[in-house]
Amino acid sequence: MAASQLPSLHAGLRVSLQVDIPSDVAYIERVVDLVRHPCAELAFNKHQLALNVPVALSEALSNAILRANNESPDKRVRVRAEVDTMRLVVEISDEGVHFDLEAKTLDATDAANLDREDGRGLFLMRKLMDGVERFDVSGQLSGNVIRLTLTRA
Amino acid sequence: MSFSIKKQGEIVVVDVEGQLIVGNRQELKQKVLDELERGEKKFLIDFAQTGYIDSSGLGVLVSLSKKIREQGGELRLANLNDDLRTLFELTKLDTLFQISDTRERALSSF
Repeated sequence: MAASQLPSLHAGLRVSLQVDIPSDVAYIERVVDLVRHPCAELAFNKHQLALNVPVALSEALSNAILRANNESPDKRVRVRAEVDTMRLVVEISDEGVHFDLEAKTLDATDAANLDREDGRGLFLMRKLMDGVERFDVSGQLSGNVIRLTLTRA
Repeated sequence: MSFSIKKQGEIVVVDVEGQLIVGNRQELKQKVLDELERGEKKFLIDFAQTGYIDSSGLGVLVSLSKKIREQGGELRLANLNDDLRTLFELTKLDTLFQISDTRERALSSF
């Protein structure tokens, strides 16, 4: 549905949600569904609903659970999402050590990397989202916030 | 999400129902490796009933492709919808796999 066809009742809507999960990849699909639902309600297009949102969010959650939190039962992942008729902004917070997102520049499409089993997660996030940023968790010595931004199409 | 395996002639056909993601990729890998260990050589993975695939799912497909080739076998993929095809094109994995539009074409390509 094009922006000009958006039902008028959607114009002022903004949906916010927060989800906390244990560091267990079994929760990823459920969180993806929870974030995707308001995007569908606000008429994000079918490709964004089937590809951009689920894959990029799945990658960010997977990184937070497996790499940052190391699947520790003592650590949790927090997801905050805001969706309106303009965009989706979703922040994924972990409890891992700080890292430099900009230093991670592996090109998964380079011929030398094509038959690698890993290394496509961040690459896909950058391809499928309009913005991928990292912040320190405010006031903490550890913890990363990954912010994904997608403009509604 | 689940995986069902059946034989069509000498081809092992795997249907991926739901997502292929970090939480279930090992299940797919183990099922295919079990068949490979039994001596099967020809594999078709059909994505007609698949939702989305993440990088871990793609990684398992790359890994299985290598292992099957090492055993002298072949792996084909079929029925990627527009979004899954975009995913393969973004990662250039469409150049690594033999992908057919339909199950029938894939089966006849062996």
